[in-house]
Amino acid sequence: MDIIFITAALVAVGSTVMVITRLNAIHALLYLITSLLAIAVVFYILGAPFVAALEVIIYAGAIMVLFVFVVMMLNLGQHAEAEEQRLFMPRMLVGPGVLALLLFGMTLYVLALPHATAGGRMIAPREVGIALYGPYLLGVELSSLMLLAGLVGAYHLARREVKG
Amino acid sequence: MTQFSIDYSLVLAGILFALGLVGVLARRNIVFILLSIEIMLNAAMVAFVSAGARWRQPDGQVMVLFILTMAAVGVAVGLALVLRMHRQFNTLDADAASSMKG
Repeated sequence: MDIIFITAALVAVGSTVMVITRLNAIHALLYLITSLLAIAVVFYILGAPFVAALEVIIYAGAIMVLFVFVVMMLNLGQHAEAEEQRLFMPRMLVGPGVLALLLFGMTLYVLALPHATAGGRMIAPREVGIALYGPYLLGVELSSLMLLAGLVGAYHLARREVKG
Repeated sequence: MTQFSIDYSLVLAGILFALGLVGVLARRNIVFILLSIEIMLNAAMVAFVSAGARWRQPDGQVMVLFILTMAAVGVAVGLALVLRMHRQFNTLDADAASSMKG
């Protein structure tokens, strides 16, 4: 189990270093997604399968797609196609690809093991849900309020000014 | 129970947080600053999950859910600000908006 943990941690740290040193935003996003997947493996090993799944679905899925959309919106222009021609370098896929393949192999290995957690006990989604809607109910309400405020704020800030 | 993984996941959280901090301090592109903030939030999530695994309580994971919500809201508002800044200053340089007007 420890070797899996160390490998996932090294992948996470390595791809995070690549994120903060890239010049191209899309390349950095690719490495950040790899880093998030590695962190999801770490969560799974620590006995938190629910959070590991949420990390993949919400972080690597939804939030990073938002980033990709905005980065692509910023690049729009007449020279966008020429820019894309220059930007698409298949060799940039090698780094994230190799790291992601490593993670995939580790996931298969972990799933094949009988008791795959380092914490001694897996904390099931059921317990998390009971805690979330029990003692932390006020926090859930406050998060919903914050999401509404974020929705209104993002709409207001990104809206184009209507003159007159 | 291997104490090893839980001790070292705190080290991992520290390293990731330091990397995110370096990113915020070193980069001037505002998109990269937002990405580095996400890295730091992820480091906090790793710390919470490892603490929850140490005491075998679900509270750490509940906190991670709240951090996830906050990160989503932060990214939405932050990216709206990035679009706004790109429209107004025509650059993504954070220094372009460093001075206040009026």
